[in-house]
Amino acid sequence: MKIIVAIKQVPDRDAQFRIDAAGKWIDETDLQFALNESDAYALEEALQLKEKHGGEVIVLSAGPERIGQTIREALAKGADRAINIACDDLGTRDALGVARLLAAAAKQESPDLVLTGLQSEDLGLGQTGVIVAELLGLPHATLILHVEKTETGLIVKRELEEGWFQEIEMPTPAVLTIQSGGNKLRYATLMGIKKAKTKEVRQLSAAELGAEAAPVVVLDRVTLPHKQKSTQILPGSPKEAAAALVEKLKFEVRVL
Amino acid sequence: MSGILVVVEQREGRIARISWEAVAAGQRLAAQTGEPVTAVLIGSETESPAAEVATRPIARVIRVEHPLLAHYTADGFILALQQLIENERPTQVVLPHTYQVRDYAPALAARLGEVLISDVVDIGDGPVFTRQLMQGRLNGIYKHQSSGPCFVSVQAGAFRVEVADAATAPATITTFAPTLEAGQIRSKPGEPFRGSTQTVDLGSAQLIVSVGRGIKEAENLTLVQELATALGAELAASRPICDNGWLPMERQVGSSGQTVAPKLYLAVGISGAIQHLVGMKGSQCIVAINKDPDAPIFEVADYGIVGDLFEVVPALTEAIKAARQ
Repeated sequence: MKIIVAIKQVPDRDAQFRIDAAGKWIDETDLQFALNESDAYALEEALQLKEKHGGEVIVLSAGPERIGQTIREALAKGADRAINIACDDLGTRDALGVARLLAAAAKQESPDLVLTGLQSEDLGLGQTGVIVAELLGLPHATLILHVEKTETGLIVKRELEEGWFQEIEMPTPAVLTIQSGGNKLRYATLMGIKKAKTKEVRQLSAAELGAEAAPVVVLDRVTLPHKQKSTQILPGSPKEAAAALVEKLKFEVRVL
Repeated sequence: MSGILVVVEQREGRIARISWEAVAAGQRLAAQTGEPVTAVLIGSETESPAAEVATRPIARVIRVEHPLLAHYTADGFILALQQLIENERPTQVVLPHTYQVRDYAPALAARLGEVLISDVVDIGDGPVFTRQLMQGRLNGIYKHQSSGPCFVSVQAGAFRVEVADAATAPATITTFAPTLEAGQIRSKPGEPFRGSTQTVDLGSAQLIVSVGRGIKEAENLTLVQELATALGAELAASRPICDNGWLPMERQVGSSGQTVAPKLYLAVGISGAIQHLVGMKGSQCIVAINKDPDAPIFEVADYGIVGDLFEVVPALTEAIKAARQ
């Protein structure tokens, strides 16, 4: 099976975010970046499918120069090769604009399966995989926890709300968006890290993919959220704060 | 091109609250544009939910009916809604941000050259649409700028349903029959099933101590377990803890786990991503312990302690034990 895994590099989730001077995006100086979590699960699913059925795992990502690091990490975990779409305006593209880039690059490979995480931790749109499927004219399924290859295609386990699940039979080629938690993630081995340095990373530019179009939806500005409740912060040392909270639990909340 | 279409999700005739909230969002848009709101139901037997929807203050209900729409498939729903939208030519299409909508709406919008503004929490003048960024730490204000219909999905709990203003007379109900063939539907969905048998009913727990990523290691869970025991509370967790296998899935609170509304919800090391908040923000009292003062959990918390949970939690366990004596 030839599997493409579309991954995204996102700011580290524990980062302190500051709005940039223009109020249009976050200030990216001093930010650490990492592989988007559900994309890590998509990569894991792809690697396990390859181990079971053979084939090839190709990592696909779009973004500025810094994404090279995240691509190398995916190669170190076991992906065979990568496609890096150089793109400095990822932030001003809408979901369709990003999906056009990924779909154009994926199409050249004629994969059996395209996997990606169900949503990114930064924008949280949760749309890229579904739109890629639409652009490639392929069937898709979202929030997938498990993938089983059959004679004619796939049986996938889809998560529904509130602890329900569903199995879906579908033909290949197909696009799946992967939910976190379906597998245990692997770490890169020393050998993997060494090997990653020699693996092929094909460089493409957004321009040569010919996937340009004016955005339909624009992020006009970034603001701080409104508080829904006024939180009473209990100050002091851990011991003082704990004592203050016990008072509240006793006399206000009345659960002690 | 005019009118606001609101897609109401029904499952076996039952309409969930989030769909009424989508109707409320449609009415919010209508208040700005003066355009009529039309509710849309998709399925094979939508007569009775359509009658229920028609009691709301909306202009019209359209039943999109076809035997091939009896069970949800992305292919079937996209084809049916595409035909309806090309027929109705609305300016806006509002959907509830459910797992089902997430599965088909991005592709539906793309097929029409449009982009869904997903998971919207507020609609302002313009209209402009607010959605969360960075796991709820920031808000993004979005604008739609094409001549086609604007697709919006709304987050659970974000729009208030005004039950009071019921319609004076029921709305007109019409039926739309899309052209669909079995061969166009490429996937075959199975019957939904429950995961493992539930042995913990967090839904009826009065006190819950819930733990998140901040706990760092599985071994550290004893700290929060001790706190839960001292309080006499059930132990729950956010998704990453269950993904790692540190606690069973049945203890997960959030959109993919259980929805809870205890008297006390004590969140330890949980930043408060929206997927978690939707499962617990109905709690009577929310207490958050987190090292990050900007964590979104503090937006819904009544009481907060900003600090290192590895110091605060043991101190709290001791203080509770002392208070209990």
